[in-house]
Amino acid sequence: MTAGASPPPANQPEFVPGAPPPAALTTDIWRGIARDNPVLVQLLGLCPAMAVTNTLANGLAMGTATMLVLLGSELFVSLLRKVIPHEVRITSYVLIIATFVTVVDLLLAATFPDISKALGPFMPLIVVNCMVLGRAEAFAAKVRPVRAMADAVGMGLGFTLALVLISGLRELLGMGSLLGANLLGPNFEPWVFMVMPPGGFLTLGIILLCMAWFTDIRRRRAQEAA
Amino acid sequence: MSNLAWIFVSTLLVSNFTLAMFLGLCPFFGVTAKIGTAWRLGVANTFVMLLTALSAWTLNTYVLTQVPFLRTIAFIVVIASGVQIVEMAIKKFSPVLFRQLGIFLPLITTNCAILGLALFQTARQYTLAESIVFALGGGMGLTLALSLMASIRERMDVADVPVVARGMGLVLVVASVLSMAFMGFAGMGSAP
Amino acid sequence: MTAPHRHGGPAAAAPRASTPAWRLVATLAIAGAISGWLVSSVYQWTLPAIEQHAAEREKAAVYEVLGAPARWDTLYLVDDALTRIAPAKTGFARAPRAFVGFDADGERLGVAITGTEPGFQDNVTIMVGFNPETGALIGFRVLEQKETPGLGDKIENDTIFTGQFAGQVPPLRGVKSPAGGKTDEVQTITGATISSRAVVRIINNAIASWSPLLAAWDQGGAK
Repeated sequence: MTAGASPPPANQPEFVPGAPPPAALTTDIWRGIARDNPVLVQLLGLCPAMAVTNTLANGLAMGTATMLVLLGSELFVSLLRKVIPHEVRITSYVLIIATFVTVVDLLLAATFPDISKALGPFMPLIVVNCMVLGRAEAFAAKVRPVRAMADAVGMGLGFTLALVLISGLRELLGMGSLLGANLLGPNFEPWVFMVMPPGGFLTLGIILLCMAWFTDIRRRRAQEAA
Repeated sequence: MSNLAWIFVSTLLVSNFTLAMFLGLCPFFGVTAKIGTAWRLGVANTFVMLLTALSAWTLNTYVLTQVPFLRTIAFIVVIASGVQIVEMAIKKFSPVLFRQLGIFLPLITTNCAILGLALFQTARQYTLAESIVFALGGGMGLTLALSLMASIRERMDVADVPVVARGMGLVLVVASVLSMAFMGFAGMGSAP
Repeated sequence: MTAPHRHGGPAAAAPRASTPAWRLVATLAIAGAISGWLVSSVYQWTLPAIEQHAAEREKAAVYEVLGAPARWDTLYLVDDALTRIAPAKTGFARAPRAFVGFDADGERLGVAITGTEPGFQDNVTIMVGFNPETGALIGFRVLEQKETPGLGDKIENDTIFTGQFAGQVPPLRGVKSPAGGKTDEVQTITGATISSRAVVRIINNAIASWSPLLAAWDQGGAK
């Protein structure tokens, strides 16, 4: 996809240098969930992925809030892609993202005060989630709004799923419950370690090690079959 | 322990910015392959954090009193432009320093530790002196975490690790052990 | 900016004509104006709900630590003296407050104040209610803490620990095995001595620093 390698086809009037190759909307959505999962594959947005994932409710809330910010930001960046001058694009993107973060932050505080209090300053910190700015710059600024929205849905879902996985494991092992409902019974001694900071690093570390292990097994099977 | 001393020790060790509050993880995992770059990035970050603490306190006290809802936007704009100004100033006045720190400065804008510092000092309603000490402790804590991580990773490069485990998974497990070690500092704030 | 530019970064961008400076400034100014307008309208729209949540939280805390008062007054600490008038907001910090609770007959039940000090992990914030005449505690509530889950956080939810404060007279002492019958002893939680002692210290210091202010208010301003 090097720029200018081939002249823009006549039926594709909006050719942008460095634009992602054309793809079906389902591909755009699926990419964020699996192949390019922001947390588990690209390791972006790790601060919120670990700081607030000691309970499933917090992980869900942070994932949903980030997805809403992604949707708003990618839509507007894509809509305004021909208006924003190249020189001030990063500043403009940051402004758009910060606006949506503030809006989502206020809405959360008005509707779910307890969750808003639990997330605290980590809610406005979505502004510096590298994933959001990264998607705005690398994807939304170069495609039509529909594709940008599909990408936002995919990346948002992928981010939320990763957070649900991490926070679910941490709450289940650290408190023996999920969403506050006790699951493992009174005889289960909670692994307090899991809901404390080192547990966050360890949970993601072990998930990544398992993924590497599975990839390795699949690669070997493919080799044997060949 | 006096209030200022507690803020310093707390942000440096007990609630270390990176290992306990998960701020600044991007450089913690991204720029800790070599110890030389790691501590330099830490120092550059500390410098920007001091400036941020000062600007955030000024904004909170004199500008944002009537419009608290513009806080996030104001902070990120000030941080982004502040980093740009620092970059230009260093480039002009000390080319040597710029060669050592300059490449890190753009990275600092999207470092959660910087915006996190401004947001946490607001949430805790720190005074000017408390904010400065908070920034100093936070910056030095970040530098400490980056240097420790880089030292371990340099050693890990020559260690005999199973091929499957090579990569970020192992680095995260190491971070977990480091974070566990820092949990040993808990309780320092309470005199017996 | 630290994100990997998977789909081509600046290197892949074709050379383009530079945009005139006025357009750059105009773009940012318009974007700033629109974003400011959007954020402030959402703020105006959500403000009543957010303020109501804060008021409910405060109400629940005051209710608990003062033993269900019928009504209460709010006193503000301004320039080392208490006043009934809320100070104009200067800066972002709120003036420290005390809540004076009354029962249905207008009798003063007690005063609720807050204190913050380091616990085991991070700062612990506590609201404590006490009777300024007798000095006896009415109750306390942990407003904020990040103590160890399962150990230190018992200061918030262990009813045996929290239940022993009512009626005690500060300055308190946290002891491992109380002699019993003393009005200045509370038993610390096993495995959470530092957190328990932090609670004792916060309550002692808060009452010590607020008592002279409240006495001065009673003499001068109680009307």
